Amino acid sequence: MIAAASNRRRSQFLESALFWAFRIATYFVLLCATYIFLDIGIKGGRTVFTRTAPFVNLKFLSEPPQTLYVFDYQGKKMELSDREFRDWKTTHKEDVDVTSVSYSAGGIWPCIVGTALLVIGSMTLALFIGISCAIYLSEYSRDGRFIRLIRIAILNLAGVPSIVFGLFGFGLFVIFFGWNVSLLSGWFTLGLMVLPAIITASEESLRAVPQGLREGSLALGATKWQTIRKNVLPYALPGILTSSILGIARVAGETAPIMFTAAYAMRDEMPWQVSHWTNFFFQGVMALPYHIYVVSSKIPQNEYTERVQYGTAFVFLAVVMLIALTSILLRERQRRRLSW
Amino acid sequence: MVSLLEMPQTLPQQVPRQNDRPVEETESAEIMIDVRDLDFAYGGNKVLHNVSLDIPPQAVTAFIGPSGCGKTTLLRCINRMNDLIEGARITRGAIHLGGIDINAPQVDVVDLRRRVGMVFQKSNPFPKSVYENISYGLRIAGVNKRSRIDEAVEKSLRGAALWDEVKDRLGEGALGLSGGQQQRLCIARALAVEPDVVLMDEPCSALDPIATAKIEELIHELKRRYTMVIVTHNMQQAGRVSDHTGFFYLGKLIEFGPTTKIFTNPSERRTEDYITGRFG
Repeated sequence: MIAAASNRRRSQFLESALFWAFRIATYFVLLCATYIFLDIGIKGGRTVFTRTAPFVNLKFLSEPPQTLYVFDYQGKKMELSDREFRDWKTTHKEDVDVTSVSYSAGGIWPCIVGTALLVIGSMTLALFIGISCAIYLSEYSRDGRFIRLIRIAILNLAGVPSIVFGLFGFGLFVIFFGWNVSLLSGWFTLGLMVLPAIITASEESLRAVPQGLREGSLALGATKWQTIRKNVLPYALPGILTSSILGIARVAGETAPIMFTAAYAMRDEMPWQVSHWTNFFFQGVMALPYHIYVVSSKIPQNEYTERVQYGTAFVFLAVVMLIALTSILLRERQRRRLSW
Repeated sequence: MVSLLEMPQTLPQQVPRQNDRPVEETESAEIMIDVRDLDFAYGGNKVLHNVSLDIPPQAVTAFIGPSGCGKTTLLRCINRMNDLIEGARITRGAIHLGGIDINAPQVDVVDLRRRVGMVFQKSNPFPKSVYENISYGLRIAGVNKRSRIDEAVEKSLRGAALWDEVKDRLGEGALGLSGGQQQRLCIARALAVEPDVVLMDEPCSALDPIATAKIEELIHELKRRYTMVIVTHNMQQAGRVSDHTGFFYLGKLIEFGPTTKIFTNPSERRTEDYITGRFG
C-alpha cells in the first residue's frame, strides 16, 4: 500500500513536472517573439515615426543613405547629413572637429526598392519554373526511376544552405555567364533557392484537385493542356499562392545568396537611372537585409548607428508583412470564387 | 489523321458490316459500337475476358453485374478513359465505333471523346457557374460565338430537363445545386457538345428515388437522339430504362440480349440467379 502510494506520488510529480516543462518551453517561444518584435518595434519606431505631422519619417523612407557628421558648434551638438554639412560649411567657413558615421543619416529608400525588385523578379521566375515543374510531375509524368531521381534532386535542393546557393550563383551567373553583380544574377540565385518549396507545394495543390474534374473535362473532348489550364490550375492556384507567401518571406530575407550576386553596400543611382533599358537587368542593387548586415557589422558601432539599424529592421519587417498580406488577400479572393 | 467528327452523322447505317463476323449474330444491320473479343488488363491483372457485343444506335444498352465484374471498365474503354490509368490496356480484340477502330493510332482521342460523352458515377460539376459548366465543352472545341453558346446552353439544359429549375440562376455556382440537379447538369454538359453516344456510369447511385426517377425519365427521352450505354448496379433500373442488357460476371459477358428476354427468360443459369437475387 505504502509503495503504491509513493509510486503514485512520484508519477504525479512527473506529470506536473513535464506539464510545466512543456508549458515553459511554449512560453519561452512567446517571450522571444514578443521581445524581438517589441525591441524592433520600439527602437525602430523611433526612427520611422515622428512626433509631429506627418508622423512618419519621410526622409528615412525616401532618401538614400548618407554619412552623418557630428560636431560641437558653439556649445551646441550638431548632427548633419552629408548634404546638410556641405551647406553648413559654405555658410560658416569654420574648422570644426567632426566625427563622421557612415550610412547613419539619410534613409533607406534604395534598399526598399532593391528588395522589392529582387522579390518580384525572383518570385516570378520561381513561380514560372516551379509551377511548370509541378505540372509536369503531377499531370504528365509517369512514375519511374527517372521521376524518383528528380524528386530526390528537389528534396536535396531544399536542404542546401543559402550561402551555398550564393556561392553557386556567384560562380555560375556572376562569373561564368558574366552577368556580374546584378539583378539578373540575384533573381536566378534566389529563384533557385525557393524553387523546391514552390514545386513541392504546387504539386500538392495540383494533386488536391479532384480527379473527377479532370475526367469530366477530358470526357468532353478537352485536350490535356486545356484541362489543366481551365479546370485544374485555377483551382490549385490558391494553394500555390499560399506556398509562395513563405517563399516571398524567404527571398526577401536571405542575405547570403545576394551578397555575392546582387547586393551593393552603397549605390548612388536608383535602379531606374540607367543609360539603356537593358542595363536595368545588369545592375546591382541595395537590399534591406544586406543593408542591415552592412550597418551592423561593416561600420564602427556607436550610438548613432543604432537608429539606422533598427529603422531598417523595422521597415524590413513591415515590407515582408505587407507582401505576405497582399498574397493572402489575393489567395482569399481566389478561394472565394470557388469551393467544392 | 481520321477525324471522327468529320464522319457523317448517319454513319452506322452506311458503314458496311465487317465480313469476318457471322451474319446471324445480329438481326439488324444497325450497330453503333461493336466490341469484339475484348481482353483488358490493369497491369498484369486481367479484368475483361473475351467480351463481344454489339450496341445498337438510338437505344439504351445496360451493363449489369456484381461489383468488380468489369462493366465500368468496358464502359470506360468505349471513350478510352482508361488511357488515363497507368498500365491499363486492351490486350486483345477491338472496339469499333461506327466502323472505325477507336484504338487505331490515327484516331484522335480528343475527337473520340467529343463524340462519345460520359456521365460519371459521382457527379462532377466544375466549380464554375451553371452556364460555364455547359459552355465549357463548346469553348474548348473553339466555339466562341456568344449567341451560339447561349442557344446550346438552353438546348442542352432543356434536353436534360433542367432548364426550368436553373434558368434564373445560370450565373450561380453549379455546386449550389442539389445532387440530382448536379447529375442532370453533368448530363446537360455532355449533351452540349452534341455527341453520338452517351455513356453513363451508375448515374443514379448517389441519388434519392425522386432524383433517380427524373434521370431515368430523361434517359428514356434521350435515347431517341443518342446511343446510350448505362452501367448500373440496380437491376430494376436496368429493367426500366434499357432496351438491351448485358450481364457481366467476373470479367466475362455471360449473356447479352433484349432486356425483356434477359429479365423474363434468360438462357444462362447465372443470369437468372443474379436477376432473381440469389447472389450479387
